Amino acid sequence: MRKLAYRQALNEALAEELARDEDVFLMGEEVAEYNGAYKVSVGLLDKFGPKRVIDTPITEAGFAGIGIGAAMVGLKPVIEMMTFNFAVLALDQIMNTAAKMRYMSGGQLSCPIVIRGPGGAAGHLGAQHSQSLEQQYVHIPGLKVVMPSTPYDAKGLLKSAIRDPDPVVFIESELMYGWEGEVPEEEYLIPIGKADVKREGTDCTILTWSRMVHVALGAAETLAEQGISVEVVDLRSLRPLDKEAIRESVKKTNRAVVIEEAWGWASVGASVAEFVSRDLFDFLDAPVGRLHQREIPMPYAYNLEPLNLPNEQWVIDAVKRACYVD
Amino acid sequence: MPAKITATDSPSKAPASRKKSNGTTVWLDAKSAARARKELGDDKIVEMYRSMLHMRRFEEQAGRAYQMGKIKGFCHLYIGQEPVAVACAEATEERDYMVCAYRDHAHAIAKGITADAVMAELYGKVDGCSRGKGGSMHLFDVDKKFYGGWGIVGGQIPTAAGVAFAAKYRDEDAVTLGLLGDGSIHQGVVHETFNMAQLWSLPIVFIIENNRYAMGTEMHRASSVSDLSVIADAYGMASANIDGKDIFHAYYGIKEAVERARAESKPTLLNIDTYRFRGHSMSDPATYRTKEELEAEMAGDPIIRLQNWLVESKIRTLEEIEAFDVEIKADVKASLKFAEESPQPDESEHEQHIYVDWSWDIE
Repeated sequence: MRKLAYRQALNEALAEELARDEDVFLMGEEVAEYNGAYKVSVGLLDKFGPKRVIDTPITEAGFAGIGIGAAMVGLKPVIEMMTFNFAVLALDQIMNTAAKMRYMSGGQLSCPIVIRGPGGAAGHLGAQHSQSLEQQYVHIPGLKVVMPSTPYDAKGLLKSAIRDPDPVVFIESELMYGWEGEVPEEEYLIPIGKADVKREGTDCTILTWSRMVHVALGAAETLAEQGISVEVVDLRSLRPLDKEAIRESVKKTNRAVVIEEAWGWASVGASVAEFVSRDLFDFLDAPVGRLHQREIPMPYAYNLEPLNLPNEQWVIDAVKRACYVD
Repeated sequence: MPAKITATDSPSKAPASRKKSNGTTVWLDAKSAARARKELGDDKIVEMYRSMLHMRRFEEQAGRAYQMGKIKGFCHLYIGQEPVAVACAEATEERDYMVCAYRDHAHAIAKGITADAVMAELYGKVDGCSRGKGGSMHLFDVDKKFYGGWGIVGGQIPTAAGVAFAAKYRDEDAVTLGLLGDGSIHQGVVHETFNMAQLWSLPIVFIIENNRYAMGTEMHRASSVSDLSVIADAYGMASANIDGKDIFHAYYGIKEAVERARAESKPTLLNIDTYRFRGHSMSDPATYRTKEELEAEMAGDPIIRLQNWLVESKIRTLEEIEAFDVEIKADVKASLKFAEESPQPDESEHEQHIYVDWSWDIE
């Protein structure tokens, strides 16, 4: 099968959906003439013109709100946030407007919008550009939150997100834009709300998403050499959460470790771990393990930054703890 | 430089009332009034008067129902500002969109939502225009093109521009009115939106209902400029000051901006001078303003102004107008009864309308 970079897969998804539906448009900072700050939208202006691919001033709250208003009356905007660190400025529009419209209007309105862009640490960008802020959106009823870990998932899930009638927050991984993976030529969609087992195993389940999937897969390889069989479940969608897939895996392995790149206090990982501890209590042979970023703003210094983030060794240690192996 | 609307005089130049040489009181801008008689006709003007009076009586009843504990939460009454809502509705077509702030009962009614459905919404009943799930600040009716009802001050303005953006994107012949108060004008997102509305030539009219108080903060304590219309200049946007206590002045001011949006796809910022006679919300005794100020404003009550004008112009007699009031009060009572009798939403509705009911069928 052909290989595409994560950003190319996203680009194909956008191009296909723009071609499929006149109501779809892409709006954001530098998406058109600059071809995207991270080149996800490269070539789209040439293909679809300035009516459909729209550069904005640097006004995250303003253009998020304009997209949401356009979605309320039936268009299907894709709003690019240059990074989710900047989307904080648009949080009012996303949580108070996009997420609430349907409920507050008694079901009259829907808001078929996608808010997308990169999140997570990307290497020496310092404290303001390295955050994993998915918790802010996962917390809000009315939003859906998707975080793909491979080019294949990125394409299939973005296409679904654009067709979804509800607001979808689609957080990409800044570090993975250049990473390649298999993507078929033919069209496909991946349902939102379905997890994916990225590696099968029998001794311990790792529940994770986005870039941490790859950290987990690396650790699983090392653990396999040591005789520990790890199952890596990529949650892919954090709201809605695929509880069935989690149950299925943990009932098989009887152990779970939840790994996230974000800070851990009041986080998505905390909620997933709480769910496993409560819902699957009778199936657990060990307390649910957790890994998350140290509760420290991201330092710039080359030697300090890695100290903040879960790595393969942390994962190996956490799985061994869950398996009661020294 | 942006075009300044010149068809109507700045209200600052026109005192609330002035004596003519023969001693009679002039309450309304004579030029606009004469134009309205000619262009709209007396019957339409009477209809506008009745709409204003209906809003007044509706809000008075809502206030009473609130005091009786029938309406709960926040309740922001519109009393005193009626000409603005009526002018907004009259200056636009059914196909035009409206997006409001939280003081939205009168606008919803003006845009065509029944008073019954608005009152039922205030009561949290299932026959409310948002099925009782929105409340006073979140009135919606998609068929009537009324898109809220907003609880976050200024948050409705980018959304309104988004609605206008969509209308333009789809080549709809539709203008959007985005309403805000003198409090929300200083929100950053409002300025972001003004810039993009002008940059992208969106068919929208931004209407500041300037009642001089952002909750309890008088404008001079919150705004670095005393004339809010100058804010448009920073974005190269057309603007005007409008007398919102004068139905004709308000109507023509809004109409001109709507026509600009429709014909040229250009935004306008209107700073409409108005005044609320009640507090910010039902819990506000409004101690931040003097009794004298309130009395002076109430002496220039826009409904009384129009009523006097109708009588002086011999369009309707005082007796006829009093008969309207009897009729309208009965209508509002009927809305109250409707709201009382409407059931609360079934508990099965509690979990509905969070997401679109949708199975995995995206082909």
